[in-house]
Amino acid sequence: MATSAALDSYNFSDEQLKKLDELIDGCTTKSNLIPVLEEIQHLLGFIPVAVQEIISQRTGIPENDIYGVVSFYSYFTMEPRARHRIQVCAGTACYVKGGKEIGEYIEKKLNIKPGESTEDGRFTYEQARCFGTCGLAPVVVVDGKVYGKVKVQDIDEILEQYK
Amino acid sequence: MLVKDLATLEDIKNEVLEKGRFKKADKRVRVTVHMGTCGIASGAKDVLDTFKGLLKDSGNKDVKIDTTGCMGICSKEPLVTVEVVGQEPIIYEYVDIDKATEIFDTHIEGGKIVSKYAFARGRECEIEERLKGNGKVKSQEVLDDSIKGIEEIPYFSLQKRIVMRNRGVIDPFKIDDYIARDGYRAAYKALSEMDQGDIIETVSESGLRGRGGAGFPTGLKWRFASKAESDQKYIICNADEGDPGAYMDRSVLESDPHSVIEGMIIAGKAIGATRGYIYCRAEYPLAVEILNRAISQARRYGLLGEDIFGTGFDFDIAVYEGAGAFVCGEETALIKSIEGGRGNPRLKVPYPAEKGLFKEPTIIDNVETLANVAPIILNGSEWFAGIGTKKSKGTKVFSITGDIENVGCIEVPIGTPVRTVIEEMAICPEDGKKIKAVQLGGPSGGCLPLEYLDTPLDYEPLQELGTIMGSGGMIAIAEDKSAVDIARFFVKFCSDESCGKCLPCREGTRQMVNILDKICSGNGTKEDIDILEDLAHVVKKTALCGLGKTASNPVLSTLKYFRDEYEQIVE
Repeated sequence: MATSAALDSYNFSDEQLKKLDELIDGCTTKSNLIPVLEEIQHLLGFIPVAVQEIISQRTGIPENDIYGVVSFYSYFTMEPRARHRIQVCAGTACYVKGGKEIGEYIEKKLNIKPGESTEDGRFTYEQARCFGTCGLAPVVVVDGKVYGKVKVQDIDEILEQYK
Repeated sequence: MLVKDLATLEDIKNEVLEKGRFKKADKRVRVTVHMGTCGIASGAKDVLDTFKGLLKDSGNKDVKIDTTGCMGICSKEPLVTVEVVGQEPIIYEYVDIDKATEIFDTHIEGGKIVSKYAFARGRECEIEERLKGNGKVKSQEVLDDSIKGIEEIPYFSLQKRIVMRNRGVIDPFKIDDYIARDGYRAAYKALSEMDQGDIIETVSESGLRGRGGAGFPTGLKWRFASKAESDQKYIICNADEGDPGAYMDRSVLESDPHSVIEGMIIAGKAIGATRGYIYCRAEYPLAVEILNRAISQARRYGLLGEDIFGTGFDFDIAVYEGAGAFVCGEETALIKSIEGGRGNPRLKVPYPAEKGLFKEPTIIDNVETLANVAPIILNGSEWFAGIGTKKSKGTKVFSITGDIENVGCIEVPIGTPVRTVIEEMAICPEDGKKIKAVQLGGPSGGCLPLEYLDTPLDYEPLQELGTIMGSGGMIAIAEDKSAVDIARFFVKFCSDESCGKCLPCREGTRQMVNILDKICSGNGTKEDIDILEDLAHVVKKTALCGLGKTASNPVLSTLKYFRDEYEQIVE
């Protein structure tokens, strides 16, 4: 398989690599690049430079253009995320309703800054852009599950559910 | 099946209405679970599953379970409407699994309303009829008048629904539901009875202004693009709703996607475009799913694709998912993003109407603007121009959040005083707190202090006071919140989202954050306030695009109205 050799160190499964191959084949024009990268982010969980190089070789889109796109949009990451992803909404409604204090509590509890992961690979903590669910402010999302009207004292119990 | 004429639209409409009409011989009860993103996040899916499970176990063949999108009052979610044939519909609030079980046993099977969980009687789309009939709809028996009629709740009765005309009524996954509410009739009229000039004339005369924030006359923009000569033109729907605390467009897309698609078809005909894109932010997965489904349904009916309504007009739409960059809400950045690059804005000459996507003439309209188009074509420009103020016609959708009781999306005639929205509809303050300001327009906007609450919600009057109408974010701020901290919050947001292309925005916003951090930590001086103010003016005057030009607004407006708070901290 064309993609596998350069990616040996990443422990991607054969199935992932096969799918990656198909996705890159689908990137036929530059305006297709972002949708394809979104799929790859979803498939692998991150888009390391090695993958970007392969996309460049196969599509002819310059590597720096791809890197430019990956580093520009917040949806893409170049580092793998931890097992569980905590997103604290940093929208205005959540902020005025106590989202700020929740973020500070999580930073202190896990001893990480936004965008970082805990050393044990359990949690990645992110400040998220507004989810548009301001009726539930403040909102915390863990692995896609939305917790609404969260209070600081609820955090321990919520995180306990994710091992 | 292809829909080629008015008669087919009429047939579909009649079939839906016939099916939905309750007859004793048919289903006796309809349960509607309202499932926007807010509702689902509050547990609407569990509630839906509970009803489905109970129904299956009971073997009751008399009950129909439906779903719709957002109902507009997110703080009461999950909401469920129960309609029994011949009786008034009852809307239940804060429904969970236990309440759903009780409602199923007592109301659906037992025929008795569970008044303690009820939010209102009636349906939003019947408010006008209810007002005319003194709170009653003919043929609907009132069982418990201790529950408020929906027309008695100012949150709903003070709204004027044009953009939100179908919310809570139709299932966004069913094109037939939209057609039953006279959907795609405006597209038929525009394609088969009007020429480009007629459409542009009607939209111009209606007085419709862009709802993304800038308020540029929509008809005028279309005229520019229609005059540009090219074989390929584009319509882009800007659904990259990025202002934190604003989700009007999400609500429209999730409850009524076809209203936007129909608006795009009409816009396409008006300027001679055959291709449309909906640029939707990635944080709205449900909206993307609903849009994709709606587009494929429209294609199946031939309402998108080749030779629409047999008129020889071709038009198709693709959804383009953003990847998380606030600046992509700016037109030129959005275009770069669809072309596959970084979302860096460019100077706006040439305008996208002359040279836009792939260097071809392009119109970019906001979701809400496009959702206004079909009603204008169908009801005429005079009807639309009769709503609103002298300079600004129609309605505006706002998402109202913050320190208030009723959080949600509301649609009011332009010119409605801010006070009406905040005090009568949103009801504030929550738990006895007083509010001190209303923030409009998100990171590009400003604060309106209490003494100006009688200001009408309209483009120019708000701008004169240092805030903006914006895309529709409205946040009530309680008196215990620091205005300086709010300003810091917005500038920090703009600094994080600055694309970095121009220096005033990249460095200016960062320095403003530094100064605000210093002030907030108590280490600031009076001189810092002056430097902050100077810097804010410089960034406003010199930044390249809308993001940078407006990033100072939260600082300038809080300095204007709450300077004493800044001074108190530095003393």
